[in-house]
Amino acid sequence: MNLFRTIGLMLLFLLATMSSSGAGETDLRGIIAKFATAKGFSEIGAVVHELAAAGDPAVERPLAALADGNLYVRKADSLVFAGKEAGESVQLFDPLSGEASGEAAKDDITKIKVNNTLRRVIRDALGTLTLGAKDPAVRIAAADTMFKTPDAANIGPLDTAIASETVASVRALLEQARAASVLVSDRPDADKLAAIALIGARGDRDAVSLLAAVEANSSDAVKQAATAAIANINSTLAFWDAGQNIWYGISLGSVLLLAAIGLAITFGVMGVINMAHGEMVMLGAYTTFVVQQVIRTSFPGLFDWSLVIALPLAFLVSALVGLIIERGVIRFLYGRPLETLLATWGVSLILQQAVRSIFGPTNQEVGNPSWMSGSFNVGQLAITWNRLWILVFALTVFAVLLYVMKRTPWGLQMRAVTANRRMAASMGIRTPWVDALTFALGSGIAGIAGVALSQIDNVSPNLGRGYIIDSFMVVVFGGVGNLWGTLVGAFSLGIVNKFLEPYAGAVLGKIVVLVLIILFIQKRPRGLFALKGRAVEA
Amino acid sequence: MRGNFSKITKMFSASVVAAGLLISAPARAADDTIKVGILHSLSGTMAISETTLKDAMLMLIDEQNAKGGLLGKKLEAVVVDPASNWPLFAEKARELISKDKVAAVFGCWTSVSRKSVLPVFSELDNILFYPVQYEGEESERNVFYTGAAPNQQAIPAVDYLMSEDGGSVKRWVLEGTDYVYPRTTNKILEAYLKAKGVAAEDIMVNYTPFGFADWQTEVSAIKKFGSAGKKTAVVSTVNGDANVPFYKELGNQGIKAEDIPVMAFSVGEEELAGLDTAPLVGHLAAWNYFESIDTPENKKFIADWHKFIKNDKRTTNDPMEAHYIGFNMWVKAVEKAGTTDPDKVIDAMVGVSVPNLTGGYSTMMPNHHITKPVLIGEIQADGQFETVSRTPGLVMGDEWSDYLPDSKDLISDWRAPLSCGNFNVATGKCGGKGTN
Repeated sequence: MNLFRTIGLMLLFLLATMSSSGAGETDLRGIIAKFATAKGFSEIGAVVHELAAAGDPAVERPLAALADGNLYVRKADSLVFAGKEAGESVQLFDPLSGEASGEAAKDDITKIKVNNTLRRVIRDALGTLTLGAKDPAVRIAAADTMFKTPDAANIGPLDTAIASETVASVRALLEQARAASVLVSDRPDADKLAAIALIGARGDRDAVSLLAAVEANSSDAVKQAATAAIANINSTLAFWDAGQNIWYGISLGSVLLLAAIGLAITFGVMGVINMAHGEMVMLGAYTTFVVQQVIRTSFPGLFDWSLVIALPLAFLVSALVGLIIERGVIRFLYGRPLETLLATWGVSLILQQAVRSIFGPTNQEVGNPSWMSGSFNVGQLAITWNRLWILVFALTVFAVLLYVMKRTPWGLQMRAVTANRRMAASMGIRTPWVDALTFALGSGIAGIAGVALSQIDNVSPNLGRGYIIDSFMVVVFGGVGNLWGTLVGAFSLGIVNKFLEPYAGAVLGKIVVLVLIILFIQKRPRGLFALKGRAVEA
Repeated sequence: MRGNFSKITKMFSASVVAAGLLISAPARAADDTIKVGILHSLSGTMAISETTLKDAMLMLIDEQNAKGGLLGKKLEAVVVDPASNWPLFAEKARELISKDKVAAVFGCWTSVSRKSVLPVFSELDNILFYPVQYEGEESERNVFYTGAAPNQQAIPAVDYLMSEDGGSVKRWVLEGTDYVYPRTTNKILEAYLKAKGVAAEDIMVNYTPFGFADWQTEVSAIKKFGSAGKKTAVVSTVNGDANVPFYKELGNQGIKAEDIPVMAFSVGEEELAGLDTAPLVGHLAAWNYFESIDTPENKKFIADWHKFIKNDKRTTNDPMEAHYIGFNMWVKAVEKAGTTDPDKVIDAMVGVSVPNLTGGYSTMMPNHHITKPVLIGEIQADGQFETVSRTPGLVMGDEWSDYLPDSKDLISDWRAPLSCGNFNVATGKCGGKGTN
């Protein structure tokens, strides 16, 4: 170990002396100037390699700028600058030191173009350079890049980095990256076998990808080891895949639950076939859009709170529209399901076209707050934050609604009116108002569902269309009039759907689910959790 | 009684004459204008894409009128709304031609709407300009296809991905929405890839329904397919609204363009406007036009568009350019023929050449398709595309794909004496079959 460290330190020293003597600042500037004359991606790539080969950490700034598409050539004197767009002009900075060097109009400079291939070349080059960065996150990113793009030349720098690494988790990643590089080098088979063992222990898709490449072009012993390691990883991954499917199913179920829960009230409890339900969801999503627009223009600091602010507003907007629909149309049509269906269908078209006229037919951009972006891993299971939050949110909405229905006086009145209207009226309940408020509640819940769905779907006038069929399916399947039925219905449909999808494909999967529901309804016409007692007959 | 009767007859005939005058008055006024039909959905699912094209047409017609109209007459736009309802497209087309007597129609977006109006156009003998990239396998006398045929979009896109610049892709995911355009395009691409030596196990084809929103399984399947040690790319014919959740899921699951790029054929500036594009930088699209193209013609077009629509945030896109080219071609052909009579204009159209917005000329070919450059662009953080590759010359639209066994022997030439849309060179007869 000690010997290892000494060699590492020597290498580090060697590198340090090389970078100070080999490529001075003027040399780097000389290389950077070549960007001005490089034609085509391959020539620019050659300049990148030359810069990276200089081994000076100072090249990180120009390379990062190039990868982000922020490196420019001034047409007048062919000088290379880093730039930052500011309206019609571009602020220029020195590519190495980052000092401001004035401004230029967009027409006076040309951007140095990059494409995916070039970005990958830069990423690899930066990987080697940022191995010694102070921030562990940067070192992890560097190790990750080097693992994915192994190169025999990386072994030296990686050895140095491993020797000086203090954080155990980062060190493990660095060792895996080194193992990956060993596999593509011409080191003896014994080294390679050790490397395969190390990579096999990593056990993820990247490891499979790397080993598959090794398997394709190696000698026998190594090949066998690689094949065995791949088989090993794949069997573990198959287990994780099942977990992944369940998670996807739960996540789809939470979306279905959110979309259907408002309908569970308007259709399930009140018995109104409300075809405009999807449009209530859409109004909630547009409320989110408007809130974000206001925040973007007036209070940019509050952006991460935009969804929290949008929730009550979306509830109010949709509830108000629901109230107007109930008072204006539906109350005249109670007990006439066919007319209700047609009238609410008409209302849905009116709402869609109204939104189209106000906001335009195109999609509106609703941003994800930072806490809803990206994903994290549980074992080999990638869980995206937005899906997790939507699940939590759906369950919370469900719990609150259940409380309102079962534990509050208002909920009691609601249930009383739907169970026996005349009896409830004789007890002094103002049934028309209970009807109106129940419908408003169902619509309002649809509105807050819209806030959540704006995070994963398009915000366009057609948003509601995609959810209306699924919502009815969930409510009918779960049992009309039963909130628990909606919950169980949503999650079971979600999970069945996601288990079928990998085998049957999305199109056929959907058809199979539909057929299953039809068969199920034949067997149990009242759904999973049928209401019992006299209320059903009414 | 008799007198009374004659009085009544007189009054009646007078009123008939008056009514006749009233009716004929606007009719005579109409003789001073040339009517142009616009057949784009302004409501329903397709309104998102088609409304913009309606506005673009109104702008082009306004500009032509400002230049003094056509043949000394003013152009008048007749806008109808087929409401994303395919049979209604046929009805509205009939109404435009029979009732409004339009000289030509600009319209349709989806292939099924185009198929639904084809019989109307050939029966009533009028002209349709179709501005959207489509699956090919069709050539009609009454239709001019100003969008891209598969060889003007799909094939060059795949070629780019196979090239060193594009990352030397070896493994392919063909991901599409389940309808005719993606299915035909993927059939052509599969045949093409196999002809290029790609093994069957290196191609994965998957379809999802319209408006699909839950992409978790598909994206993780792509991830899995991509971890076989070979460079992988996705060729996406996913349509319309389903794209936004698709890209959001890609971003969330951390699939970067450097690792698995997605090449899209139906994603333009307009679709990106509803997205935060920062996580998507580097994903690709193939079109014949990008808003970011730096030519004086394009700058003027964008400026005019912003002025017309009174909003400088609105983007321009490829089908708008197709209408720009198609409309200018029609104007030129009418001037050449000296009349708006559809038969004469159809004959005059072939060979007409007008400037496109990407710094060159587009020409109408005998197969009623046009020549265009093919551009590959990468998505940028500002929602625009940056051109990373451009075909060296213009590509001529090939209606019958050379890679499908059913259509490889077919050609189309609407000039006399051949005048046939599906001439089979193997049998030497007009009338072969396409794949759909």
